[in-house]
Amino acid sequence: MKTGKMLPLALKGLFTKPATISYPYQKVVVPSDFRGKLVFDPSKCVGCMLCVRDCPSGAIEIIKVGEKKYKAVVHLDKCIYCGQCCDSCVRQALRTSPEFELAVYDRKDLTVDI
Amino acid sequence: MGKVVIPIGPQHPALKEPENFVITLDGEKVVAAAVNLGYNHRGIEKACEQRTYLQDIYLIERICGICSHAHSTAFIQAAEEIAEVEIPRRAAFIRTLIGELERIHSHFLWLGVAGHEVGFDTLFMYSWRDRELVLDLVAKLTGNRVNYGINTLGGVRRDISPEEAAEIRKVIGALEERTKYYLGIASEETTLISRFLNVGRLSKEDALRLGATGPVARAADIKRDVRKDDPYAAYGEIPFDVITDTHADVLGRTLVRVKELMECYKIIRYILDNMPEGLISVRFPRRVPEGEAFSRYEAPRGEDVHYVKSNGMDKPERVKVRAPTMANAASVAHMLSGGYLADVPIVIAAIDPCFSCTDRTIRVRDIFRGSDSVLDWPALRDYSIRWYRENGLDFSGIKLFGREIG
Ligand code: SF4
Ligand code: SF4
Repeated sequence: MKTGKMLPLALKGLFTKPATISYPYQKVVVPSDFRGKLVFDPSKCVGCMLCVRDCPSGAIEIIKVGEKKYKAVVHLDKCIYCGQCCDSCVRQALRTSPEFELAVYDRKDLTVDI
Repeated sequence: MGKVVIPIGPQHPALKEPENFVITLDGEKVVAAAVNLGYNHRGIEKACEQRTYLQDIYLIERICGICSHAHSTAFIQAAEEIAEVEIPRRAAFIRTLIGELERIHSHFLWLGVAGHEVGFDTLFMYSWRDRELVLDLVAKLTGNRVNYGINTLGGVRRDISPEEAAEIRKVIGALEERTKYYLGIASEETTLISRFLNVGRLSKEDALRLGATGPVARAADIKRDVRKDDPYAAYGEIPFDVITDTHADVLGRTLVRVKELMECYKIIRYILDNMPEGLISVRFPRRVPEGEAFSRYEAPRGEDVHYVKSNGMDKPERVKVRAPTMANAASVAHMLSGGYLADVPIVIAAIDPCFSCTDRTIRVRDIFRGSDSVLDWPALRDYSIRWYRENGLDFSGIKLFGREIG
């Protein structure tokens, strides 16, 4: 039995740099395949709606904007960033990106065309 | 002096989640304790019935932020059993790998919380610093720090590349060093031992009688672990030891968890050395054939149980979740009695509670007549229809899924 076993480590901590990152002044690097905001490639989409059907939170809409032309609207406040829509899409029209800083002042701004 | 009854919670600085403990005190001593669950009912089971199996995975995963993989795996195992789908071996290995990484981060988290509850914040700071290593690693492997979303029906969603495997080995090596250090702290540091020894005692007999599970049971010398007793995923072929301890108190629970970390590293190394080649998922039918299944998973907090019933549609007819904290709740009341008021926070924390995962029940209390009653499903339905009708909403004639609801 010993008292103060963690003391040397705690004292050493006085002279080492902090373990935390001073975010947001210092940017956090997330892995490249991090599940952040969705990215949509309209040229690949065929409007099959598989992504809409499988989304667990009803966060994605595919809207027809012309002959064989579609746009994707995502409700970032509903999206749980699971990436299931990307898995369900057989055309690889959707993918996740490492973008995670999505806070806005107005909730309306969370519905975005991607 | 007379006895004093004090409520702890649902909102209390010592609790991380809302739950209510009614403590009867004689001076500083707790003479009786009661646990009241039900402040976090979120209706997840009911919500599962309205979503497809695939969508349910993500909902189920959010039952708990700490053992999300435990819940999603338990649910998926049940669905796979009903659909008679066998997952590829590689998928089973990856599931096991993520499950063990989850156990590592959960036990590190617990160690910090336990330190914090007894005023040993140095331990809290350092163990949470080290926990970041494993969180960053799972973010790299799965795409997120919590709610990994690696599971899918019929397998897993992401493969482990050789570079990732090398990274895992590196992180595991660093964590192993840290764990040895914490094992030294837990077994030698006088202040910690004096604070944990003989606190929150739960004898082997009581643990069995009250149905304790996980590290709480293992610290009372009960060799019980679903990974060994009813192996799932790849556990059947992985050698590891079930850690038990004879202290039967908070110290025992600490030692069990820290030693379990060492087993996690052993399991992960075995997985990396023996990872089979092949597919990571197989096709899973949209409509799951009629049937029911019961699935068990050894979550970091103990045995997690899921029950799924299918009626042949693409949505489950019933999903039932029994989180490990539920099994340990009865033991908490027992462990609190006889101890001191100052020990209440650490005794509760020592089961590693996760109350929002636990709460499933609704107790219907008639505030006008002051009666407590348990309503079964048809009675609850009739009650709600009557209530709405009295309040001007008539559902008669409305059909839901082809059935009259009014
Ligand atoms: S990431 Fe998930 S929640 Fe978000 S739109 Fe895609 S499927 Fe829906
Ligand atoms: S699943 Fe892919 S192709 Fe189909 S609508 Fe969605 S984005 Fe377009």
